[in-house]
Amino acid sequence: MNDMQTKEPVLNRDQTMVGLFLAVLKRDLLLSYRRRSDLVNPLIFFLMVATLFPLGVSPEPEFLAQVAPGVVWVAALLATLLSMDAVFRSDFEDGTLEQTLLSPQPLFVVVLGKVIAHWMLTGLPLTLLAPLLGVMLFLPEGGMTGLMLSLLLGTPTLSLVGAIGAALTVGLRKGGVLISLLVLPLYIPVLIFGTGAVQAAVTGLPLAGYLALLGAMLALGIVMAPLAIGAALRISVSG
Amino acid sequence: MAEKKKWMPRWFYQLASPRWSYEIMGKLLPWFAVAAASLLAVGAVWALLFAPADYQQGNSFRIIYIHVPSAILAQSCYMLMAVAGAIGLIWKMKVADMVAKSCAPVGATMAILALATGAIWGKPTWGSWWVWDARLTSMLILLFLYLGVIALNSAMESEATAAQATAVLALVGLVNIPIIKYSVDWWNTLHQPATFTLTERPAMPAEMWMPLLVMVIGFYCFFAVSLMMRTRNEILHRERRASWVRELIEKQ
Repeated sequence: MNDMQTKEPVLNRDQTMVGLFLAVLKRDLLLSYRRRSDLVNPLIFFLMVATLFPLGVSPEPEFLAQVAPGVVWVAALLATLLSMDAVFRSDFEDGTLEQTLLSPQPLFVVVLGKVIAHWMLTGLPLTLLAPLLGVMLFLPEGGMTGLMLSLLLGTPTLSLVGAIGAALTVGLRKGGVLISLLVLPLYIPVLIFGTGAVQAAVTGLPLAGYLALLGAMLALGIVMAPLAIGAALRISVSG
Repeated sequence: MAEKKKWMPRWFYQLASPRWSYEIMGKLLPWFAVAAASLLAVGAVWALLFAPADYQQGNSFRIIYIHVPSAILAQSCYMLMAVAGAIGLIWKMKVADMVAKSCAPVGATMAILALATGAIWGKPTWGSWWVWDARLTSMLILLFLYLGVIALNSAMESEATAAQATAVLALVGLVNIPIIKYSVDWWNTLHQPATFTLTERPAMPAEMWMPLLVMVIGFYCFFAVSLMMRTRNEILHRERRASWVRELIEKQ
């Protein structure tokens, strides 16, 4: 099937790009599905971090309701960060990454496929799990939509930016801590607007501005981050 | 190739030679050192002894003569690091990589200096060492970005790979610079807006901003001196196997 598509490059170019994207997406989803524990780990981590706050700070419902947006967002951010190191690691170790870089397919599409697969396995489940944490932390019901919408728009940006850090450190043995150092400062704007959206939703203010900013960052991320990830992967593999 | 040479001045290509860069920096260094020393001395004396005291803050405002230059420099140093990194990535220029690497520690020091002087000024003026204001936070993020760049650079064994990786990181972090610049307008909190803008006259009287301008230029000259010294060291270290470096060392 691939051979047939390469024979008619002009006609099917667009189709092969989409096909390539879907193939990468399917491959990564399948690989993760076969290692299910890796899939669930970030979610458990997400729940545990959120549990630490009432234990560590205060179980008062009024207080928790106030800090809930920030706690859920910080927990989601750390959970994403935790799972980031694995995005390119196994591909790098078994040589797949090198073959991907050598292949004539556009790296942009491959990288985007991998990052979207990562988001579907971490960001999306985190978003779906967030209302549970919201209830545990007494987040007012009005804030739930804001929480889910902001996470839905914000977590893909986290995956995109985090993948830059993962690509830069994939050649290093001890990449884990370094990723956090590189990526956490870049996460701060997403965190600010994400929690801002939830707080606006809680107090009944319009959400659209925050969501528009999160969407703008996502759009910028989708356009720019795969370029940086691709460049970083080439550097990491060549060095 | 001949087409390209018309677009780029000759010295740009000469900068690609570590030896040429080493020598030209050696020639420039004393001039900048003299300029930095005299400007900083004149600026400091003028600012601390002769500039009028602020009608509200008294003499405590004088710390801005250190705070503002270091904050400006922390930001421009990041710009220089990213631009040098981009040049290194695009033209594969070794000297640009070395400049980018030398920028990071200087910029991080300037960011720490800006944060520290800000905290010292904030205690009597705002009543607390630290305020979670947009500008302070952005400067802190800038410091974190510098620390990330330094950490990544030192984690990689191969110098060429380290330089390329840090260049990519610096370019990604460059997104942070406009956020710093516009954060004051976005969040609009405690911190006063920028002292100098290109389009408007400063709100301070001339006796107050003139020494500040002298200090800013002095800081830039000091930065140039420090950067050139670091880069020259870096050139010698990386070119230690080249014959001209050996000759240079044998001469001494």
